[in-house]
Amino acid sequence: MLSALWYSLALIFTTGLVAPTLVRRFGDRVAWFLALAPAGAFLLLASQAAGVAGGEVLAYEVDWFSALGTSFSLRLDGLGLLMSLLVTGIGAFIVIYAGGYMHGHPQLGRFFLYLLSFMGAMLGLVLSDNLILLFVFWELTSITSYLLIGFNHEEKESRWKALQALLVTGLGAMSMLAGFILVAYVTGSFSISEINGMGDLISASPLYMAIVILVLGGAFTKSAQVPFHFWLPNAMAGPTPVSAYLHSATMVKAGIFLMARMNPSLGGSELWGTLLSCFGGATLLLAVTLGLFQKDVKSILAYTTLGVLGLLTMLLGWGSEYAIKAMVVFLLGHALYKATLFMVAGSIDHETGTRDVLLLRGLRGLMPITALAGILAAFSMSGLPPFFGFIGKELIYKAAMKLGGWEFSFLIVALLGNLLMMGLALKAGLGPFIGRPNHEALPKKPHEAPIAMWLGPIVLGSAGLLLGILPFLVTGYLVDPAIASILGESIVRTDLTLWHLVKPNLPLLLSAITIIGGTVVFIFRQQFWTVADGVLAALRPIGAEAVYDKIFNGTIWFSKTQTRWLQTGRLHDYVFMIVLTTTGFLTWALIRYGGLQFGIDWASVDVLIFCLVIIMIVAAIVAATVDDYITVLTSLGVVGFGVALIFSYYGAPDLAITQFLVETLTVVLFMFVILRLPPLKTISEKATRLRDGLVSLTFGGLITMLLLMAMHIQFDSAISGKLAEMSYPEAKGKNVVNVILVDFRALDTMGEIVVVTAAALGIAALVTSGFKKKGDT
Amino acid sequence: MKYFILAQSSRILFPCLLVLSLIVLYRGHNLPGGGFIGGLVAATAFILMGVGHSMTRAREMLRVEPVALMGFGLAIALTSGLPGMFLQGAPFMTGEWLPDFKLPLLGKVHLGTPLVFDIGVYLVVIGFTLHTTFSLAQLAASRNDGGAA
Repeated sequence: MLSALWYSLALIFTTGLVAPTLVRRFGDRVAWFLALAPAGAFLLLASQAAGVAGGEVLAYEVDWFSALGTSFSLRLDGLGLLMSLLVTGIGAFIVIYAGGYMHGHPQLGRFFLYLLSFMGAMLGLVLSDNLILLFVFWELTSITSYLLIGFNHEEKESRWKALQALLVTGLGAMSMLAGFILVAYVTGSFSISEINGMGDLISASPLYMAIVILVLGGAFTKSAQVPFHFWLPNAMAGPTPVSAYLHSATMVKAGIFLMARMNPSLGGSELWGTLLSCFGGATLLLAVTLGLFQKDVKSILAYTTLGVLGLLTMLLGWGSEYAIKAMVVFLLGHALYKATLFMVAGSIDHETGTRDVLLLRGLRGLMPITALAGILAAFSMSGLPPFFGFIGKELIYKAAMKLGGWEFSFLIVALLGNLLMMGLALKAGLGPFIGRPNHEALPKKPHEAPIAMWLGPIVLGSAGLLLGILPFLVTGYLVDPAIASILGESIVRTDLTLWHLVKPNLPLLLSAITIIGGTVVFIFRQQFWTVADGVLAALRPIGAEAVYDKIFNGTIWFSKTQTRWLQTGRLHDYVFMIVLTTTGFLTWALIRYGGLQFGIDWASVDVLIFCLVIIMIVAAIVAATVDDYITVLTSLGVVGFGVALIFSYYGAPDLAITQFLVETLTVVLFMFVILRLPPLKTISEKATRLRDGLVSLTFGGLITMLLLMAMHIQFDSAISGKLAEMSYPEAKGKNVVNVILVDFRALDTMGEIVVVTAAALGIAALVTSGFKKKGDT
Repeated sequence: MKYFILAQSSRILFPCLLVLSLIVLYRGHNLPGGGFIGGLVAATAFILMGVGHSMTRAREMLRVEPVALMGFGLAIALTSGLPGMFLQGAPFMTGEWLPDFKLPLLGKVHLGTPLVFDIGVYLVVIGFTLHTTFSLAQLAASRNDGGAA
């Protein structure tokens, strides 16, 4: 049965695929039409909200790799609903915005293809109910975001930063996959909903610690927690709509989503709580501190995003119902205001030609709508009443006050983080619009952005205010179900309200401190900027990025060095190395497993075969010692035909015929090239020949002895017996060899003929290139 | 320079080898033979023609490019895996058979997708061998020309 889940995914992916064609035919305005895809998906998913709020779960499942426990299963619960609505809802506005921002860009169609593919991947990620499926979508977001961040691929910087994001998140994903496999090993299932019911089983397992660390490896890299935080501000190299989308509601939240998703199964332990709160807290403080010294509007926003990711992680680490509630509310609020602020920053950049906060001021008169959107978002982010951000911040303080013991110090972390974050919010969202106008200093003469570029910001910015005043709009349908899924319960009822601020209490006092502190930070912003260059330059060599650079360059150095060593380009060296390595490993294995044990049963030796073998040995010796190609070829032919005769003698006609044909053809083919080869004598030194001879003898001797040994081992003949037995009834063939080739193991043969084809193309290319070079000279 | 006996015998052997290759291909399911061996035999026929007369002649007899033969063979082999999927809902490459029937000379005939697959293998092997042979022969010929000039 097809469901809303399936339709919404398909809608976005197919729209992405046709986007380039549509843009080519109808121009930039088609963005409005493309936005219908995420908007449609939004409505489809939103229509399920009532059911989800009632504890109902929408699922869709198709068998995929059932043998590996992997199915294409989607599931819509509270958390999935919240995230998918953010992905599609904000996505729709971003598509419209990108149409305006990237207006006239020659590769706009490609951009929409990437953007919508990313959106589909992100939607698939938040709807997945299978760990492997989740992993696939997770990687898909990494790849599409690589393409998006590096969209300005003519710039080296841009490519470098995109690669950095890909490597960091990709490496994390490997760790996460390992974690998933361990989870499945412990629980016997890849299904997330089943696993979430087996939290006790997992935490009792001795592998629990490994699982937590590995899974967090994925979540922390994706959500840019310390020490993997550096890729996120660098990812600002992408076009602004990308930053607005990837770094507000979607990609970087994937890590948070994963932790929230796995919270019922992995959470609740001291390890989980401590790791999340400490890394989250550290990320929060580091991010907002570094943010103080940024002078680029987008960079400031990037650091606040980092801070929020830290905050959300920390809240998940606290783990109480209050903390989860705060986290959900904050996540929703952040998505709304951060997307707005990024889009506003993009509009400013687009209209003025700069994002430098030192140049930007007094734009309110010329860009009134953008200014309004920016200020609304900045206030919501600052946590001023009556904005939605205020509710989120209050909840954080409430949750922090419930912490006991040493954990109570997180209250200070939260306070400091919020305070500095507010300062940054005002810098990015308010600063450019207030103050005395200074339009002459700007690279471009500013004017209001087109409607495509202010529609999204104003709607999302106002949503922050609307939800602040009327929080019940989202409580029942979005927030409560999400909290329920993170806590692993079926239904949770909470209420959100602004109005507890009428009576004085401690959270309110903390809020007041935050607001005063944040304002002070904002007022003294100039002081931070004055010292910014010095501070950042001093920090760079000790930062995490410096470590990344070292590892990156080290890997490249290692790769180059070993390539120079191993890849000489001479066939002779390759064969030598392969034979030597095989000999080495075989010897090791023999010593390890008790040495050679065999006896030769002379009675079973056939006189005919004995003579044949003698002839072959003589031929082999001749081939190895003479200096003349024709003789070598003939002697090798004798060996080959000898093998074929042995095959036919022992009743393997298929092999024998093949061997005969191949031997014949080899001789013929060799004749064509023989004239082009240098004289055999000059190919190698005498010492090299001796060395090669020695290695070959050892290798051949070892293989012979191994074969003799193998004769004495009792193999389980069930497989070959079974194949022979099934051959006629199952595959209607009496020749087992052929039945195996074309029926039982046809896929293997398929692979082989593909390889053969590739080899033929390779040979032809090599030969022809040599031929052409000859022609040139 | 042509050798009379080689040239004449290649003319006679060429059709024989081709027919032989088809027989080997067909009987492979029950008796020694099959697409791989059949393909090698067929390729030998062309190589013999190439050695006996000229590679140009062999190319003409083949009519199509060896590369096309390989591509065609791969496509056939791949397609042979599909009927089982659609008709039985079984995994890719599951054999699918026509009802048996009798023909003069051949006796009872089973036709099924494994045979189709083997035909694909047959074509790929011919293509591979001849593609390699022709390029190497070209290389040899270029050397001779270079020597003469």
